This record gives sequence, C-alpha cells and structure tokens, in this order.
Amino acid sequence: MGLPPEIILEAVLNGLLTGAVYGLVALGLTLVYGVLHIINFAHGALLTMAMYAAYVAWASLGVDPYVAALPLAALFFGIGYLVQRLVIGPASRGKDENILLVTLGLSIIIENLMLAVFRSDTRSIDVPYAMDVIEAGPTLLSYPRVIGFVATIAVGVALYVLMRFTMTGKAIRAVAKERTGAALVGIDVAHVYAVTFGIGTACLAIAAAMLLPSFYVSPRVGNAFVLVAFTIVVLGGMGSVVGALVGGLVIGVVESLSGLFLGESLGQIGIFLIFILVLLVRPTGLFGARA
Amino acid sequence: MLEIRGLEAGYGLATVLRGVDLTVPSGRIVAVLGANGAGKTTLNMTISGLVRARAGTITFEGRRIDGLAPPAIAEAGLVHVPEGRKVFPNLSVRDNLELGAYRRARGTRARNMERVFDTFPRLKERIRQGAGTLSGGEQQMLAIGRGMMAEPRLLILDEPSLGLSPLLVEEMFALIRRLHAGGLAIMLVEQNVAQSLDIADDAHVLENGTFAIGGTAAQVRADPHLQRAYLGL
Ligand SMILES: Nc1ncnc2c1ncn2[C@@H]1O[C@H](COP(=O)(O)OP(=O)(O)OP(=O)(O)O)[C@@H](O)[C@H]1O
Ligand SMILES: [Mg+2]
Repeated sequence: MGLPPEIILEAVLNGLLTGAVYGLVALGLTLVYGVLHIINFAHGALLTMAMYAAYVAWASLGVDPYVAALPLAALFFGIGYLVQRLVIGPASRGKDENILLVTLGLSIIIENLMLAVFRSDTRSIDVPYAMDVIEAGPTLLSYPRVIGFVATIAVGVALYVLMRFTMTGKAIRAVAKERTGAALVGIDVAHVYAVTFGIGTACLAIAAAMLLPSFYVSPRVGNAFVLVAFTIVVLGGMGSVVGALVGGLVIGVVESLSGLFLGESLGQIGIFLIFILVLLVRPTGLFGARA
Repeated sequence: MLEIRGLEAGYGLATVLRGVDLTVPSGRIVAVLGANGAGKTTLNMTISGLVRARAGTITFEGRRIDGLAPPAIAEAGLVHVPEGRKVFPNLSVRDNLELGAYRRARGTRARNMERVFDTFPRLKERIRQGAGTLSGGEQQMLAIGRGMMAEPRLLILDEPSLGLSPLLVEEMFALIRRLHAGGLAIMLVEQNVAQSLDIADDAHVLENGTFAIGGTAAQVRADPHLQRAYLGL
C-alpha cells in the first residue's frame, strides 16, 4: 500500500484512543459477566439511556459532558444497583436463563421509553472543542478522543485499586468465584451483585459522556457499541477486566486500520473477522481462564 | 447455645431432614455422624441459612435464627467451615483470611491473623499465594483459619479431615481439641467415627432424616447398632 507512514501511525493512534472507550463499554459487560455469570442484554439500552442523560445535561442544563461524567456515573451506579436489586435479581430467582430474558425485556422497555421521549431522530451536541486536535509529533489527535482515552485509563486504575485493595472489591472477587464461601463469611451476595451491576452501569455513564461530543445519539445507538463490546469481551476473555481494556485497544486499532485500507464503511468488517477468528483459535480469549 | 427443634428441610420435592432435634451446649464438642447422603451437610447449610428451613426452629444463644439470611447468622458468631473448603481460589491467603473477618471482629483482625499463623505456620509462608493453588490440606487449614478470623462463638466443621493424609488428620483432631480447650463450642461432622467419638462430648447419628441415636459420646460408642453400622465391630 502506498500510504505514508504518518497516516498509518495516526490511524493506529486514533484507533487506540477510540478503542479505549470501546473498552470502557466492554468493561461493564465483562465485570457483570465475571461476577454474576450472566450476559447483560440491557447493556446497550443502558448505554443509550446514559447518552441521552448526557445529552439532556447539555441541551437542557448546559452542562458539558466532561463535567457531567462523574455525577452521571454516580446516578447510573444508583440506577444499575436498583435495577439488579429490584428487577433482575428478584425476577430471575437464581436461574440464569431467566436473567437472559429479564435483561432482554428490560432493554426493549428502555429502548421504547427512549423512543417515546426523544423520537427516532438522531441528536448530537455542539461543543466548541468537538473538532479540536492535539498535535503529537507528526500526527494530529482528536481532542475528544484523547479525553476519552484518559478517562478510560482513570476508570481502569480506579477499578484496579477498588478490586485489589478495598474490602468491597475483595468481596466482589470472592463472590465471583465462590458464592457459598462468600455467604458463609457474611458477605451479602445480593448486595454485591447489585454493587457490581451498578459499577458496570457507572462505566457506561462515563463512556457515554466521552462518546457524546463525537457521536450521534438515537434510541438504538447503544446496540452498535455493545456489539463491538461483545467482540472485545470475547477477545479479551469473558470476565477479564484487563482483557476488556486491552481488547478494546486492539479492536479500536483493527477498526481504524481496516477503515483506512478498506474504506470507512468496511471498518467494522475487521472487527467481526477478529471475533470469528478468536472463537475458532482461542475461545477463552487473550486473558480468559480455561473453563 | 444452639437448639434445634423439629427441623425439616430439603431441596425441591425431596425432603432430607424430617424432624431433627439437636442441642449443642456451650463449650462442648458435639459430633454429628451419619452415612453418606444422610443429610449432615444439609443440616449445616440449614443452620447457616443457605438452605431454608421448612418447619421447626433453630435458636442460637436464645435468639431465633431460622429465616435469617447467612450474613446475619455469621454476624451472630455462628461460623461454618463448609464441606469442600469453599476458599476463594482467586484471592491470596491473606485476602481469604481478611474476608473471614468481613462481618465480625474487624477491629481485632491483625491479632487474629497472627493467631491463625501461629496455628498454621504453613499459611504464613504462603501468605501471598493464590488460595486456588494451595494443596488440599493447606486449603483446609485456610478454611479453618478463615473461620477463626471471625472469633466464632460456635464453630461448625463439616468434614475437616476429608482428603487429608493420616498424619494431617491427627493434627486436625489435635487442633479441634485445642480450639475446644479455649472454650469454643464445636459441632463436628465427620466420617472418622472412632476419632470423632474420642474427642466429642456428645454425639448424634443422623439416619433417614432424623437423629436415630444420640447421647454422650460414650453412650453412642456403646450402642450396638452404631458399632455394627459404622465401626465395623
Ligand atoms: N443442592 C442439592 N440439590 C438437591 N439435592 C441435594 C442437594 N444437596 C444435597 N442433596 C441431596 O440431599 C441428600 C443429603 O445430602 P448431604 O450433602 O446433606 O449429605 P451428607 O450427610 O453431608 O453426606 P456426605 O457424608 O457424603 O457429605 C443427598 O441425597 C443429596 O443427594
Ligand atoms: Mg456432607
């Protein structure tokens, strides 16, 4: 290919930056899978909801999405906690196949709610920095993507500290692998499930705030990201937090490069080739434990 | 200390416990014996709140605990070291022990951890090791150590010697004696009938979902039915 190296370098860097936010979406999915052992089919709808929340914060209250990120994370932690505690947990009665249906139903309800409130038109916000770039050597990096990358790293570090060094994090990890033992030392398993779900949803809120300056919002927008997030989770290894972040970066680069070489509209093909390849060659993913 | 009356429990359509009565007086070792599948583990799980009692009452230190959730029961000081260890394989030895004090005795955690390490020096050598990579015997030590971290008032041990070498089994029984000498009440579920009867004050034999034989360890040992069925005499 006759592309100059700077262009390729720039595509790789921008891929890494975008991929980080994909990783953030995948993080919530993989965390919930790792601890609750369920695939949350409402993940995309919750992301959509978070993007609308960030949109409303901007459009009605004039709050910049980057400023809104932390308050939204707190709000969506609460929403996630309550959804798991009051809806998914009780409705599933401990049966995983019920959970699948419950989260699927939940996603339909949320999507239709968004459709009723916001109609089906796409919306976007107009922040002054949307098109800003940061010069990094010979390449130009999009400012919103750099912010998204930094936010993802910050969330990753915060999660690492939480999981390694706090009693709450240790309790979450204990419940993930040994529910009975956890209950016997006095860990409230239902509470830990809800906290985990809440953390996953809070990750979505931050991702939403990072995506909003450069992406449109529509009632089904979350699904596109979650499809990519599924690929990332499979690539990184189901339940692996590090895998989600690294997988996100890989997928971001793959998307960016295949966009560069195959054309913008085919950018996602590379992602699904990876998906199939991983399933064939290494079904446990890069960081996944064997069954 | 622990009073069980008319306890019934089971899974789905199957009833496992059909009217169990049991008393564990404070400071005593009570052995619970019975064939495989008799319902000993089910009894422990029901006491701990993991299996729901369908009928009957469980009273711990004067307070009804049947119907309480496991965390509340653990908080009351009724600590259960389950069959199969159930340590947290993805956490280090230290984190496993710390979580033992999740609901109780957080203030005295450091001191209790030293106590556990005095009892099990092997665990101290492996403090950073993932519990999942410990040997079976080490995992059993960790499970008991995790239980001790909660400063139990009553300790339920479900087959603590399962899978241990004969030497370690001896050590395990010596440890149970030591814990008991410190004033701890223990409910001991064991396959090693003879050894259990040696250290227990009282013993009960579970058969068909109820306690068929019960009394002091000496009385139970002298029971001809038990001698035939469990001691091979
Ligand atoms: N989760 C479960 N679901 C359905 N049945 C169960 C469950 N756990 C145990 N059982 C059944 O309940 C009965 C009693 O089992 P339990 O584990 O209490 O026996 P046990 O006395 O502890 O046996 P062992 O000495 O082998 O440990 C058995 O018939 C067993 O198959
Ligand atoms: Mg058993």
